Amino acid sequence: MMRRHYRRLLAATVAIAFAVSAVAQPRYSDSGPEPLLARVFDQIEQNRWEPALQQTEAMIKAYPNFRLAHLIRGDLLLARTKPLTAFGEGGVQTAGAKVADLRDEAIARLRAYRSKPPTDFVPRYLMQMQANQKYAIVVDTQKSRLYLYQNDKGTPRFVADYYITQGKLGADKTREGDQKTPVGVYHVTASLPRQKLTDFYGAGAFPISYPNQWDRRMGRNGHGIWLHGTPSDTFSRPPKASDGCVVLANQDLNAIAENLQVGLTPVIISNNIEWLSLDDWQTERKALLSVIDEWRHDWESLDTDRYARHYSRKFESDRLDFKGWVEHKRTVNAGKTWIKVSTDNISMFRNPGREDYVVVTFEQNYKSSNLSNVMKKEQYWIKEDGRWKIIHEGAG
Amino acid sequence: MRLSRILSACSLTLGLAVCLATVAPAAHADALQDINKLLKQGQQAQALEQVDKYLADKPKEAQGRFLKGLILTEMNKPNEAIVVFQKLTEDYPELPEPYNNLAVIYAQQKQYEKAKQALEMAIRTHPSYATAHENLGDIYSRMASQAYDKALQLDSSNTSAQTKLSMIRNLIGNTVRPGTTVAVVKPVAVATAEVKPAPTPTATPASTPKAAETKPIEPAKPVEAKPTPAVEPAKTPAKPAANASAEVTKAVEAWAAAWSRKDVKAYLAGYAKDFKTPNGEARTKWESERTARIGKPGAISVGVDNVKVTMDGADKATVHFRQHYKSASLKTSTSKALVLVRQDGKWLIQQERIGN
Repeated sequence: MMRRHYRRLLAATVAIAFAVSAVAQPRYSDSGPEPLLARVFDQIEQNRWEPALQQTEAMIKAYPNFRLAHLIRGDLLLARTKPLTAFGEGGVQTAGAKVADLRDEAIARLRAYRSKPPTDFVPRYLMQMQANQKYAIVVDTQKSRLYLYQNDKGTPRFVADYYITQGKLGADKTREGDQKTPVGVYHVTASLPRQKLTDFYGAGAFPISYPNQWDRRMGRNGHGIWLHGTPSDTFSRPPKASDGCVVLANQDLNAIAENLQVGLTPVIISNNIEWLSLDDWQTERKALLSVIDEWRHDWESLDTDRYARHYSRKFESDRLDFKGWVEHKRTVNAGKTWIKVSTDNISMFRNPGREDYVVVTFEQNYKSSNLSNVMKKEQYWIKEDGRWKIIHEGAG
Repeated sequence: MRLSRILSACSLTLGLAVCLATVAPAAHADALQDINKLLKQGQQAQALEQVDKYLADKPKEAQGRFLKGLILTEMNKPNEAIVVFQKLTEDYPELPEPYNNLAVIYAQQKQYEKAKQALEMAIRTHPSYATAHENLGDIYSRMASQAYDKALQLDSSNTSAQTKLSMIRNLIGNTVRPGTTVAVVKPVAVATAEVKPAPTPTATPASTPKAAETKPIEPAKPVEAKPTPAVEPAKTPAKPAANASAEVTKAVEAWAAAWSRKDVKAYLAGYAKDFKTPNGEARTKWESERTARIGKPGAISVGVDNVKVTMDGADKATVHFRQHYKSASLKTSTSKALVLVRQDGKWLIQQERIGN
């Protein structure tokens, strides 16, 4: 009874999470302290203070730098001497902002843990992975969570998920220095080992390809968006703490690091992941695949108008706009008697959020009566009036 | 500390205390044991019948009434049980168990305020419990603040809120519970360092008995047999105190000087026989460490300034000062405190602390 106030307060925190969890059957990766943390809060819910304290101490043993766990321990001890009215009561006076940070962290961790995606659902964005892309990363900024997916013969399979922190001012980066995390389709561009970095970046860093073609088109700038670790003495950090990078605990960074392929592994950052059942996911990807195949056919047909209908009026290549592009193709086609195009190893990643585009890459094997080449191609497809159209095309 | 778990070794379900510490007269013990057996076998109605019969003879008897309260609780008649336990607390306010059981029943009824009051009363049945309870609370808050320090990276050097571990002063309490013996409570060792200095003799007349009371740690120092009359004026007049203070300062300076000239023998002679070694190590070990340290090659200089002497009675003093230490490899300036005692006319160091 002594700790009723505290319990009630936490109940508010936890209730949100419970409401969500009822929908989906949770699956636990146990890849972090969340299972322990959730158990502690469950015990507190049930007024089982002694086991709550024991489990908190077990959590501290497993994660000695987990300041959130130390705070909960403080609360549980203080509760033995007086009724508590607030989370982190013993520290609110002296360090209110820090307590608020830890509270945010607790909520973020618990919410993500209790609303895990169902097993047979996949992030909408992973439409198609190339055979050699072994893993994909999808980040949910609202949940402060990074999800790791494995490419299981073309189907993304959930592997693990981790607590992450994002930019101090949230997501949707547009400007250099805006302390925001970009939202979009990116990939890992480099691997920087610990030895080359200061302790600030912890176990290592993986720069990603912000700004991408679309971002540039939208006039977005800035650079140096990385996935990286934390200083060696840090485990706890508030959900919004970086200058735009996606930050993982060092052990978590190490866990994903071995799965990341420079130049290949997609990193898709969303505000709020949309999950699709495998059936719906199949339907979506097949629809786009067939459009891409139509485009390939129409190119082979040498009918420039049929080919051009796959391009948006707002199309831009590196050098040409829509009109210039079509004219160029018309001229080229006029000099040919046949074209044969194959698109191998297609990847398709959908942009999260409002801007509905899909980044498509493939190996293009182009043969014609007077010219042949093989190249890696990258296209941005958008939906215009219900139809998929290409808005950007270039070498990948 | 959940309510249902508060209760002690011989608890049944519910966390009710089922044993009463009072000793029933031997003749009744059998009857009560039989009733208890019935209760344990789940034959509550019979147990109730028997206990009522028993109480018809001895309506005031505590054991029987307590047992009746238990039976009623078991029979899920909490309100009747409350009446029984309530009356018991009125008739035997010194017994903690009825209060405790009242608290359990109140808690089951979600009457937490009443439950809390009942538990507080239970604790108050013995002053030592209250003190122990308070001390335990102190320990918990200390542990909590350590945890907060780690969580929030606060400056843990701020120990202004040093916990006072109140000691159980009256070793033999006045309110001995019937039929119980009170174990002699040994104050914890921690408390030694925190004994507040007794008032200076000049300030308080007849301070002897009081000083003895605040220092129960000192082994077997019997309180003087003949009590000093309260009216007796201060034993030691002000002037000798001033002299003593000068003597203490001199002793400290001599100690520093011996250290400076690396005169280990004189240095060690400055320490009392019962000197508390800093880490509780054996005196010989400490001495050999000091000898080795001081004997290292190179000059040492130890200076003291800002010396402040506080007399704790005529034969004890605490000295605060700045110690300026310089050796070949180290130069420090620290505040230090020495506790000196007068033994055989000499002021000797009994405790040495860094900081205030």
